[in-house]
Amino acid sequence: MSGSNVVVIGAGVTGLSTAWWLARSGASVTVLDKGVVGWEASSRNGGGASHYHSPLFQEEQRLWPMMDELLGYPTEYQRGRVIAAMTEKQLTHYHYMADMFLELGYAVDRIDPHQAIAFSPLLSDANLGGIHLHFGGHANPQRTVQAYAWATQDLGGRILQNTPALRLVAEGDRVTGVETAQGLIGCDAVVVAAGPQTAVLLAGIGIDLPLSAARAEMIITEPAPLMPVGGVDGNGLYGRQTLRGNLAYGGGPHEWLDTGPGSPPRPTSPLSRNLARRVAVLFPKAAKLRVIRSWAGVVENTPDGRPVLDRVHGNVTIGVMSGVGFGLSPASGHALRDLVMDGQCSFAEIGKLKLDRFQGLAPDWREQRGWFPAALA
Amino acid sequence: MTIRDAYALDGKLPSPDARFDLVVIGAGPAGTEAAIAGARAGKSVLLVDENPVAPDLMRTDVPLFYGLRMTGAVETPERMLETLLSTNPLLETAFELGVEVLLGTSAWGLYAPQPGLATLPGQLVGLADATRSWLIGFDELVVAAGARDFVLGFPGWDQPGVMGAMALKMLLERYEAFAGRRIVILGSGDLALRTALAALRHGIEVAGLIEVRACVQGNAALAAQVAAAGVPLFAGSVVTRADGGADGVKQVVITGLSGETSIACDTVCLAIAAVPAIELLAAAGARLAVSATRGGHVPMIDAAGLTSLAGVSAIGDCAGIVSAPDSLAYHAEWLAALARGSTGDTIVCQCESVSRADLLGVQPPAYLGARSECMAARNIDTLLADGPPDQDQIKRLTRAGMGLCQGRRCRDQVSLLLAAEAGLAPDAAPFTGYRAPVRPIPLGILADWAEAPGMSDGWDVWFGVPAQWTPYRDIGTEREAMHIAILGGGHI
Repeated sequence: MSGSNVVVIGAGVTGLSTAWWLARSGASVTVLDKGVVGWEASSRNGGGASHYHSPLFQEEQRLWPMMDELLGYPTEYQRGRVIAAMTEKQLTHYHYMADMFLELGYAVDRIDPHQAIAFSPLLSDANLGGIHLHFGGHANPQRTVQAYAWATQDLGGRILQNTPALRLVAEGDRVTGVETAQGLIGCDAVVVAAGPQTAVLLAGIGIDLPLSAARAEMIITEPAPLMPVGGVDGNGLYGRQTLRGNLAYGGGPHEWLDTGPGSPPRPTSPLSRNLARRVAVLFPKAAKLRVIRSWAGVVENTPDGRPVLDRVHGNVTIGVMSGVGFGLSPASGHALRDLVMDGQCSFAEIGKLKLDRFQGLAPDWREQRGWFPAALA
Repeated sequence: MTIRDAYALDGKLPSPDARFDLVVIGAGPAGTEAAIAGARAGKSVLLVDENPVAPDLMRTDVPLFYGLRMTGAVETPERMLETLLSTNPLLETAFELGVEVLLGTSAWGLYAPQPGLATLPGQLVGLADATRSWLIGFDELVVAAGARDFVLGFPGWDQPGVMGAMALKMLLERYEAFAGRRIVILGSGDLALRTALAALRHGIEVAGLIEVRACVQGNAALAAQVAAAGVPLFAGSVVTRADGGADGVKQVVITGLSGETSIACDTVCLAIAAVPAIELLAAAGARLAVSATRGGHVPMIDAAGLTSLAGVSAIGDCAGIVSAPDSLAYHAEWLAALARGSTGDTIVCQCESVSRADLLGVQPPAYLGARSECMAARNIDTLLADGPPDQDQIKRLTRAGMGLCQGRRCRDQVSLLLAAEAGLAPDAAPFTGYRAPVRPIPLGILADWAEAPGMSDGWDVWFGVPAQWTPYRDIGTEREAMHIAILGGGHI
């Protein structure tokens, strides 16, 4: 399919990685986005890259150390991760995870409190130890999404910002184009990787993708001295120390949203104070560091929390990651490129991520889970 | 029965620690008068003001551009409190009328129920002092946050002694703690003229006013007073650099029609403009407008002063500062003139050490050591080919505006630089949003140490979706149930 015209809807991290992989294979790629590249959850996340459970993980881990060179732009990728416990319950939980990692063949050590502090000196003296992952890592989401976009352009791909996809135009069981306010863009294949908006677009051609979107929040502090391992989770938090030194952390309750077309609302809330408490407990030596921003991102969730990576209707490829997309992006783009061009993933078996697993899903699945917005008072 | 997701925010955000009929943010003249009027009308009133600002925050140029020209007096909070009370006699009236007055208390967040934030238990304002943060509920909230400094850079502006007119006014008139002796003022509008007169009243020597345009810009009577005091006006001139030593500025070099001139001074005061302090309202999602005659970005308000947020009004300078119709063009003229004397090395963002070359080159900051050949081929022109200038995108790529001062010292100049590069009129310059906390608050102080059990019980590191973390190979096997039981909701 080299030379074919592929339209990718959604300039988030999954769509952009897919576009880059397609461009590397010689496809003529056009990426559409309603706003600026990586504007939604793709650039508003914790930057984690340690998603052991995914069938894409081995490929992700193979690729991340090479991404700066492959893309030509910096991603700030750092390898390794520490997960430190502040309670016995957390420690038990992290040890279970470590056993699971070992079973899967990923190197991990149990560490005592002193070892944890040696890796990440801002950690509390009262930490109970935890685990040290020799794999996984973290990168800068904002820099990485732009890197994918620029690398795609360097290979001849087009990124059309501020160009929302309004409708998929189908003839028979094939999509022949994407309607935008700027006109119809014809295509040989389409990739829909539009996060929460993916379901709306697919519904227009009769494909039912069950998604529910929610807002999640993070906070960030002023810089602290760099720790030997900056990728530290624990105490109910995910996040990282940036290479500048800032502590960027999220976790905790989310708010379910109605998402239509356009940019979803993403205000932050006083949850910042609960995040601040957990960060201050995990890193008491940083308690004087000032919080300088909070932000929220909107995350799409499938009913089982797993991605949908599938080609349907002949030439429609779906790429939604159910809120765990950033870290896996080097590999998800590869998998989606394979689906578009070859019909199957070349490096992993991903059959359990097909859309048809939701056949027979109860129409009121959101209500059954309570995954719908609270009434506005 | 309606099922709710145990790990959603519903019902978990705390109710306010206290409620008032009226909360007023800012105890300047407008705010104090609003508080007094509320108390006279029988309302329970809380009046908060962030002054005296903690000295360590002042050293980071928050909330005003103090340029490290505070005396040691600011290190003694008790003394500062006394000074502030004595320099605002209206506060005594407010006390007598039963207004609860909290000084040294900042408002860092304003939250209103809205789509995406339906779980909020009513409108809240977040406050913090030197020891704790808390939430207050209200029926009415008046923001009287005043103005902040409009800051443009030039070679040598990133050293002690370069400061803003609002900071100087605060240090002279409210804190009585200005450390400079001899100042040079940039600008000649009413703000600059009033700044000169205030400095003279406090025994400060004013070595000159520098004006980029050909003649004085402000009110003729004020200009006459300044001239009568013997303060020279250098019209058609611009600062090319500030030279200094260990204690900061020692002289400025200006370039005008007659060539280069050096003026000895210990302080350069930017009095080109002051801009409405909209950060609390903007972060809360209040609708904004751009108005040249009101000083730039202002909250949209109706005839009663109400913003788009229910029950929230804006008064005084934060609602708009009377400005000339060409004020935004004037800002841009200053930017262009100062830029002519700048080089690629001139710092734009002090917190993150972003130079002018890095900003316009859209390069990652030097400390990342992440330059590449591809990266070198990217710049503001290639970025503009993809769409209109976006200051938030520039922030992310270059880090300009991402530092501890929360962009106070660089947001205006970055916006105007981008507008100039994109050929946009100043009123169409890009705007970067504000986020809570709109004051930098230490983790340990922002923290909700009295968190309700509901929040702790319903806390998951991610979405609490039980099946999410099952290793792929175990999906559909009997091992899946085991993982879900242990790793399911409540993943910590």
